[in-house]
Amino acid sequence: MKHTIAAMVENKPGVLARISGLFSARAFNIMSLTVGETEVSDVSRMTIVVKGDDKILEQVGKQLNKLPDVIKVIDFKNEEFIDRDLMLVKVNASKALRGEIIEIANIFRANILDVSADTMTIELTGRETKLEGAIRLLRPYGIKEMVRAGVVAMSRGRK
Amino acid sequence: MKLRGAEIILKCLEREGVDTVFGIPGGSVIPLFDALHDNKKIKLFLTRHEQGAAHMADGYARASGKTGVCIATSGPGATNLVTGLATALLDSVPMVAVTGQVVSHLVGNDAFQEADTTGITRPVTKQNYLVTDVRDISKTMAQAFYLARSGRPGTVLIDVPSDIQKAECEYDPKPDSSIRGYKPSKDGNPRQIKTALNALLSSKKLLVYAGGGVISSGAAKELTDFVRKLNAPVTLTLMGIGGFPGTDELFIGMPGMHGTQAANYAFQNCDMVFAVGARFDDRVTGKVSAFAPHAKIVQVDIDPTSISKNVTADIPVVGDCKSVLRQMLILLGGIQKTPDYTSWRKDIAVVSKKHPLCYKDDAVLRPQYVIDRFYQITKGKALVVTEVGQHQMWAEQFYKFDNPRRFITSGGLGTMGYGLPGAIGAKRACPDMEVIDIAGDGSTQMNIQELATAKVYGIKVIVAILNNSYLGMVRQWQELFYKKRYSGVLLGSQSSKDQKYWPDFKLVGEAYGLKGMRIEHKKDVDAAIKEALAFKETVVMDFQVAKEENVFPIVPGGASIDQIIDMS
Ligand SMILES: Cc1ncc(C[n+]2csc(CCOP(=O)(O)OP(=O)(O)O)c2C)c(N)n1
Ligand SMILES: [Mg+2]
Repeated sequence: MKHTIAAMVENKPGVLARISGLFSARAFNIMSLTVGETEVSDVSRMTIVVKGDDKILEQVGKQLNKLPDVIKVIDFKNEEFIDRDLMLVKVNASKALRGEIIEIANIFRANILDVSADTMTIELTGRETKLEGAIRLLRPYGIKEMVRAGVVAMSRGRK
Repeated sequence: MKLRGAEIILKCLEREGVDTVFGIPGGSVIPLFDALHDNKKIKLFLTRHEQGAAHMADGYARASGKTGVCIATSGPGATNLVTGLATALLDSVPMVAVTGQVVSHLVGNDAFQEADTTGITRPVTKQNYLVTDVRDISKTMAQAFYLARSGRPGTVLIDVPSDIQKAECEYDPKPDSSIRGYKPSKDGNPRQIKTALNALLSSKKLLVYAGGGVISSGAAKELTDFVRKLNAPVTLTLMGIGGFPGTDELFIGMPGMHGTQAANYAFQNCDMVFAVGARFDDRVTGKVSAFAPHAKIVQVDIDPTSISKNVTADIPVVGDCKSVLRQMLILLGGIQKTPDYTSWRKDIAVVSKKHPLCYKDDAVLRPQYVIDRFYQITKGKALVVTEVGQHQMWAEQFYKFDNPRRFITSGGLGTMGYGLPGAIGAKRACPDMEVIDIAGDGSTQMNIQELATAKVYGIKVIVAILNNSYLGMVRQWQELFYKKRYSGVLLGSQSSKDQKYWPDFKLVGEAYGLKGMRIEHKKDVDAAIKEALAFKETVVMDFQVAKEENVFPIVPGGASIDQIIDMS
């Protein structure tokens, strides 16, 4: 099972190392980890997607909470949340195929960022399933390069 | 008035009540040692190895309950602390290490004696800091001590570049030490405590299982009152020894791999486990799926990550053992009828009687006998520190402790070389106690240089080496589980023709200007112990004990704790 957790952490050197060290030392299986700034200048927010059963998820949450540099942990297990990943894909696209690829991009509401003689670069934001769907359709053209930013998440509503 | 960074560090140590630091200087901490030169309140113990300094700070902390402090220079000095930090962290010992770092502008340059100290020590510290501004020292030190001793205690390292030790600023005597991401819960949830107590009172076969949390929170008295009030059997982990009187008949011994048959029987047959400050370590549970099959589990621990980590707790209480036990005692005061555990205790007593801890009492000088004699002659009043190996287990089995902080041992990490420096630190903390280092011949050689520290500072400990000329614990495993194929365990001569052994520990003791003794016969043990107790300086005692004695009972690694091999 995949779970999404967010952690507000001190925005200072060594914090990311301590958290990634925790994951490697405890052999937690991390699918995705992102860090970025928040509305508070000295607080960073990490979004972590971890694979494991409930017991592992519970340990991850507790271990994160235990670190003095972690200010707050949000476990999205029992609440509605929004999550998004962002990806850039460079696909082979000869002139003859551009039309098809633009069509796929439109279906997924992706942006075309760059076009060269034989490639196109597409930007796509969405849930993981959406990104994976797009990748499936683009793969036959030949993916030259792909990068994903990792998942970010936030709870719905006023919270 | 402006002070130099080094002076501020010392001011902070004074503020925290530190009277002793253990360490070795080097290029990057000369400013700090320079400041120590004029300091009247803090005594420096110059050790002979930084690992020794760390273990001394640790032994000091475990014996006193205060926070131990060690100091090392950058690079090799700092890396030499790593084993000591890991040892302390795993046993939840409050300790602060201050290390020098190369000057700020060279950090990250592979400068002379530069190591990424905060990087290297991150996994072996509860928290660590690289100070980049002299104005941060006071606050950082305050946070370091707060973190080290609060919640689940642990290690904190502060790395200070040498230019920052020399830079000046105003000293802030009362910085804010609060940390917004750190709020250990102390008292526990009152409703949950009530639920937990009610569950305990509904049991027919209760086993109280207490560990190091009882010692570090100072809850021995509360635990003792609680257990006596309920008249329930109690087992203590290696780290919990002394948390309940070892001579009380409610105490049924340590559980697990080298535990008593009675304690393991109790786990396998109880209907309720009350875990207090104990973390269901694999050395205790054996095969987890077969552990305590009939029991509900109530677990009290200050560290939420220790709860339900290995064994799922039915009723968890996150809180300080002392505070939670106090609240339970108050609730218990209002309860008329508590369960009657008499017949349950009788069941356990049958096992105890049938399988007591014992050793062959023949003409041979056996290691257990030596410990037994120490126990009898000191009337159980000594502070015992151990190295790691068979002798460590025998010390636990044959010396009984009625009080906390009297049995000090590296339980979690199992660090050979802990005993001698640990004993020196403990003696510094408790100068009026008789301190005995129950040691192995292998372990002693891992930090033997600290005999010089003991000599120079007039620290008296008894180094009782149970010399079996083997890395005995490993030899035992090879004998029992690897068809007696002894590989890399013989410390004496490799030639089967002679029985020579080096070093001669008696001469080693003498070489350090101390007393050295060799004891070869059982009949000489009492007189030797009395002589050592009467001597005013450290004594190195080389007890030439039976070479292939085994620690029993033993539960093979990975087996269920009722699959016990005992003395035949
Ligand atoms: C630093 C370190 N290295 C290796 C070990 C593995 N080990 C555990 S017990 C032991 C043997 C200890 O020998 P000794 O000190 O003579 O004690 P004995 O078992 O003979 O009583 C060894 C090598 C360890 N615990 N610590
Ligand atoms: Mg030995």
